[in-house]
Amino acid sequence: MSNALTDLLSQRDWLLADGATGTNLFNMGLSSGEPPELWNVDEPDKIRALYRGAVEAGSDIFLTNSFGGNASRLKLHNAESRVRELNRVAAELAREVADASGRKIIVAGSMGPTGEIMEPVGTLSHADAVDMFEEAGAGLLEGGADVLWLETISAEEEMVAAAEAMQRLNAPWCGTMSFDTAGRTMMGVTSTRLAAFMEGLPNPPIAFGANCGVGASDLLRTMIGVREATETGTLIAKGNAGIPKYVEGHIHYDGTPELMAVYAVLARDCGAKIIGGCCGTMPEHLSAMRAALETTPPGPKPSLEEISEKLGGFSSASDGATDAEGTAAPQRQRRRRRG
Amino acid sequence: MADEDDEIILSELSDEDLVLQMQDDLYDGMKEEIEEGTRILLDRGWEPYRVLTEPLVGGMTIVGHDFRDGILFVPEVLLAANAMKAGMAILKPLLAETGAPRMGKMVIGTVKGDIHDIGKNLVSMMMEGAGFEVIDLGINNPVENYIEAIEKEEADILGMSALLTTTMPYMKVVIDTMIEKGMRDDYVVLVGGAPLNEEFGKAIGADAYCRDAAVAVETAKSYMARKHNQVAHA
Repeated sequence: MSNALTDLLSQRDWLLADGATGTNLFNMGLSSGEPPELWNVDEPDKIRALYRGAVEAGSDIFLTNSFGGNASRLKLHNAESRVRELNRVAAELAREVADASGRKIIVAGSMGPTGEIMEPVGTLSHADAVDMFEEAGAGLLEGGADVLWLETISAEEEMVAAAEAMQRLNAPWCGTMSFDTAGRTMMGVTSTRLAAFMEGLPNPPIAFGANCGVGASDLLRTMIGVREATETGTLIAKGNAGIPKYVEGHIHYDGTPELMAVYAVLARDCGAKIIGGCCGTMPEHLSAMRAALETTPPGPKPSLEEISEKLGGFSSASDGATDAEGTAAPQRQRRRRRG
Repeated sequence: MADEDDEIILSELSDEDLVLQMQDDLYDGMKEEIEEGTRILLDRGWEPYRVLTEPLVGGMTIVGHDFRDGILFVPEVLLAANAMKAGMAILKPLLAETGAPRMGKMVIGTVKGDIHDIGKNLVSMMMEGAGFEVIDLGINNPVENYIEAIEKEEADILGMSALLTTTMPYMKVVIDTMIEKGMRDDYVVLVGGAPLNEEFGKAIGADAYCRDAAVAVETAKSYMARKHNQVAHA
């Protein structure tokens, strides 16, 4: 089934996605604790400005301001009755900016995690999770999103629930997970596992990969792992602009535009086709990334040494798919096996 | 791995083997087995406090270490904590009756402006799993919430969590208020959250920065041990 994103992917060797949403909105005066999604209705000009920042910096794809727009997250602000509306408006504003740009730009409807832990470990049922994603996704589609985009997911169960919602909506979709714990996601998913379960879904995503996590180096190590696990999958890399540092009372991300330009080129060499940033990635980073992707010829897959030399060291010894010695993760000596 | 599939009958194990078996069962999140083991040890005349510390807290310590070292991940840890809580539910009334020392009580919440609560929830569950009593204030807490709760609950520990770089400075507001009220030294203040680091914890006057939930439990335990020693030597 062809759609705006698959069409663009078929015409290009790489696509530039967008950067940070939160970091940009805080710079525009969003106060902490306030859900950014309310600004879609209350401060539409600022949301348009956020979107234009990515478009003018050369993004081919940008994500809507709807990351926390599911019932579970909005409930924390007593706004769970506004899921449909806030998602629809997020996409409408994006559609308007994309259509006014004069070039082909994909509006991706951002969908973040519910923030709940799913059964049996946690309390959120599969059925409720599917309903929540369906509700948010329906609003985004109604507002004109070309594709729905799951991001920063940690649990396989949650991604599977979201995928089922995508199927119900008959929506083209993409999905990325956040690998932030010793090379795996918080819930223990490895890069290898991501490729395996995504490609095994009844309605596999158009593209999948990693976003956020720790720094740009870790994200590329994940990307190498995903690439090794799938021959044909279209991969997404959306790494943070470095790591947040507390300097004299202020926070800043230590990734410069130059560093993110190097990251973008390396991400392509690691096998990613859709390349963008996450937290800390501003329009000036995106411009540098676009310029680097346009002017640098593709190269061979970089080694881990080369990545850490150019972007800084890794946060853990291994990528979590294998231990530091390269064998499968150690099994604890068992006293008893359950029959 | 054992190659025989023989079911082990918990009640046939010696005390020593049963403790080790229960630690394994905790590791695997086997709730019914933990409940059964807890009852067996009580029936054998073990002090409730000893049942709490040796198989349960001892087992959760192993879980905590493997979580810290990237061998176990959140789902396994939560299953283990649930099993631990099932054992605790049996022990709790008995512990109160026998006047056993408390592990400690913690008030925890994300700071004002911060709505990100997964890390905080994880610390809550791990702390409960380690035998602490936890009062969870939820998200977005102004300083008054913390102050009121630690006083009312007679807590030992205050835990604050922030995910955003814009909200973490609020932790200093809470600590400064505690200092103003002359109550800072009555509590151990632990802080955590993705953008924090040790340097920041020191800068704002917290007792410790905890990198993850396992470290939070270890840190809380060591502060409680010091407190108990001080009381014992007073």
